[in-house]
Amino acid sequence: MITEKTGQSQTEEELFQQLVNAINELKDKDGALIPILQSAQNLFGYLPEYVLKHISSTLNIPYSEVAGVVTFYSFFSTTPRGKNLLRVCLGTACYVRGGKEVLAAIKNELKIDIGETTGDKLFTLEIGRCFGACSLAPVVMINDEVFQRVKPARIRDLLNSFRNKDEMEEDHE
Amino acid sequence: MVNLKINGEKITVEENISILEAAGKNKINIPTLCYLEGYDAIGACRVCMVEVKGAKTLTASCSTPVSEGMEIFTNSEKVRAARKNVVELLLSEHSGDCNYCERSGDCELRILASSLGVRENYFTGESLMNNIDDSTPALVRDSGKCIKCRRCITVCTGLQKVGAISPQYRGFKTSIGPAFAAGLDSVPCVQCGQCAAVCPVGAITEKSHIDQVWNALDDPEKYVVVQTAPAIRAALGECFDYEPGTRVTGKMVTALRKLKFDAVFDTNFAADLTILEEGTELLMRLKRTLVDKEQYILPQFTSCSPGWIKFAEYYFPEILPKISTCKSPQQMFGALAKTYYAAKAGISPDKMVVVSVMPCTAKKFEAQREEMNDSGERDVDFVLTTRELGKMIKSAGIDFQSLEDSEMDSPLGISSGAADIFANTGGVMEAAVRTVYEIVTGRSFPVKDLHVTSVAGLEGVKEASFKLENPVDSWKFLDGVELKVAVAHGLSNAAKVIEAVNSGKAIYHFIEIMTCPGGCIGGGGQPRMTDDKTRMARIKAIYEEDESKSLRKSHENPDVKKLYEEYLKKPLGEKSHKLLHTKYTKR
Repeated sequence: MITEKTGQSQTEEELFQQLVNAINELKDKDGALIPILQSAQNLFGYLPEYVLKHISSTLNIPYSEVAGVVTFYSFFSTTPRGKNLLRVCLGTACYVRGGKEVLAAIKNELKIDIGETTGDKLFTLEIGRCFGACSLAPVVMINDEVFQRVKPARIRDLLNSFRNKDEMEEDHE
Repeated sequence: MVNLKINGEKITVEENISILEAAGKNKINIPTLCYLEGYDAIGACRVCMVEVKGAKTLTASCSTPVSEGMEIFTNSEKVRAARKNVVELLLSEHSGDCNYCERSGDCELRILASSLGVRENYFTGESLMNNIDDSTPALVRDSGKCIKCRRCITVCTGLQKVGAISPQYRGFKTSIGPAFAAGLDSVPCVQCGQCAAVCPVGAITEKSHIDQVWNALDDPEKYVVVQTAPAIRAALGECFDYEPGTRVTGKMVTALRKLKFDAVFDTNFAADLTILEEGTELLMRLKRTLVDKEQYILPQFTSCSPGWIKFAEYYFPEILPKISTCKSPQQMFGALAKTYYAAKAGISPDKMVVVSVMPCTAKKFEAQREEMNDSGERDVDFVLTTRELGKMIKSAGIDFQSLEDSEMDSPLGISSGAADIFANTGGVMEAAVRTVYEIVTGRSFPVKDLHVTSVAGLEGVKEASFKLENPVDSWKFLDGVELKVAVAHGLSNAAKVIEAVNSGKAIYHFIEIMTCPGGCIGGGGQPRMTDDKTRMARIKAIYEEDESKSLRKSHENPDVKKLYEEYLKKPLGEKSHKLLHTKYTKR
C-alpha cells in the first residue's frame, strides 16, 4: 500500500491505472515525456523502474533517453521518498545568504546526507536549484510549501512541527 | 545559390547548407569534434567556431546556415584563441594518459590539440574519473575519456534505432551511457560498434583480442588458422596510408603469413557456401509456400550480419522464423575448419585456434554465442577487427606497402566474386540471385557484368524483382513467378522494411539486411573515419575485386563442390544442418 498525499490509500494497480490514463491523455502531444514523468512521480511518490520502462515503451522513447531526463532534473527521484520532502535551495541567492549553513543544520538534525531518507521515513533531504523566491533567501521547500529566510537555529523547531503533525495524524488514525 | 566570402575568397554555394559544409566544399577545413556527415549538427563541441562579420559573438559553423553576402573568417586571431581555449577546457576534464590509450595514434582530440599548439594545462580543476565498462563481449567504454560530442548517440539512435545510450545525469556529472549509467550489457545493445567507429577519442573501442592472438601464434602447440572477411581487403590498406578503396588482398595474405599464421584462409569460401545453403533454403521456402501452401515462412531474411540478428532477437522476435537458419560465413568457416579441414590436415581440433579478421565488432559477440560450438570446440576462438589487424602488422615491423602479393591457402581459401560482394550492401542478394537464377532456369543470370544495380549503392532501402521463366523440370512450379527482393542497410532502414512487411504493405520473397551503413565495408571495426565517400570507394573496390575474377558464381567454386562431394553431401543435408545452421532466441 502506498499512501498518497491526500491520505487516501490506493493499491499499486490503481495507481498504475491512473498513470495509464495520464499517458493516454498526453502521449500524442509534443514533449509529453516530462508531464507524464511528473504525473508518475506525483502518483507513486517516486519513479520505479517498471514505471519508467512502461513509459519508455508506450511513448517509443529509448529507456536510456527516459533515464537521461529523469537523472537531469533533480525533481525526479528513483528511490522512494519519505513522507516529507525537504529541498534546500542552493541557488546563487540562497547560497550567498546562508543556504549552505541551513543545509548543514538539517543534515545535523536529521543525521542524513543529501538524497537520503530518515530511518522513520519521515523526511527526505534534497537540494534545489532556485525556486524563484530569491528575495526571500535562503529558502527551504518542504513538500509544496516554501519557508523563507530560514535560520539554522530555527531548523529544529521547523522539523518538529512536521514531526508533531505526523504524530497527530497517527493518533487520529 | 548564395554568394559569400570565406577568408576573403569569394565563393558561391547552394542554399541551406552550413558554413562548415560550404567551407568543406571549397577545401577549407574547419576542425570539429562532434559533426557527423548526414546528420543534424548539434553544435556540442564548439570547436568549429568561426567569426562572421557583423555578428556579436563567434558562431558554431556546423549549425549556422550560409546567407547572401556573409563574410566568414575561419582562422582569425579571435577564432584561433577561442578554439584553443575550447580544446584546453575539453582536455582539462578529459581523464586519460595518452601513452596508454588505444586511440593515441588517431585520437581526434589529441591531434587537434597538437595542431592548435596546446602545450600547457591552464585549467587544473577536477577531471573526470575513469570508469571502464567492459560488460559486453565486443565493446569497451570509458566515460572518463568521453568529451560528450554525442556522435555515438546520433548513430545508435538515428542510424540504428537502438537508443542504447543517452546522456545521463547533469552538468559536470553528465556521462554518456545506458539508463542510469549502467553497463552496456544491461540494455539491448546490438554490438554493431558504429559508436566506436565515430568516437573521436578513446571512450569507445572494440574489446581487443590482439594479446590472445599473439599468445596463440607464439604457442608451438597450437595450429592457428586465420580467415579474412570480404570487406577487409578493401579497407586494410587505409591503416597503411593507402587511399580508401585500394585493394590489398595479396599483400594482406603475405602479411598474415609473416605474422606466422599456419594457414591463411578466406571467409569468402564460407560466403560461397552460404549462398548454396541459403539459396537452397530460399527455394525450399518458396516450394513450401507455393506448392504446400504453408504460410508465414516468407520473406526469408538473410542472417550474415550478427548485429542485425541481435536486433531482431530484441525488437522483432515475431520474424525470427523468417530469418534464414544459415550461420554467418564466419561461423560456417569456424565449424568447418575444426571438423572438415582438421580431419583433412590431420590436426586435432583442440589444438586448432581459429582467428577471424572482421570489419565488425558484433562478430566478437557472435563468436562467443553459446550455440556456436558445433565442431565440439568453440568454432571461432578470436575475432580481430580490421583496425586490430593493422596494429598487429605494424607492431610486427612488417612494411606492408612493400609486400609482394600472394594467394590464400587451399582448400578453404578459394572463392568466387560472388563471395567478395558480400561486403557491400546488396551484395549478398546479388550473389544469391546469380546462383538461384541459374539453379532454377539452368541459364546464367542475364545481366551485364552479373550486377543487380538496383540493389547496389547507399540508398537505405532498395528493391528489385526478377521473372523466373522456363525453369528446369524440378522447379516448374516457379514458372512465371516474379521473385521480389529488398535490401536494407542500417537498422533504422531494416525496421522500416520489417514494418512494411508486417503491415502487409510490401510483399517480398527475400530480404537482405546488413547492420552497418554501406554493408560490411562500413562496419564498426573498419579504419576510421568512414564517411560516404569512403564507403563508395570501398564498394567500388569490392565490385572490381569481383569483376577481376573468372570465377563469379558461388555454385561454381570448385572447392565448395569438393566439400559437398567429400563431406557435406548436399545443401541442407544432415551434416550441413549440424554444422552450418543455427537457431535464434528471443531476448
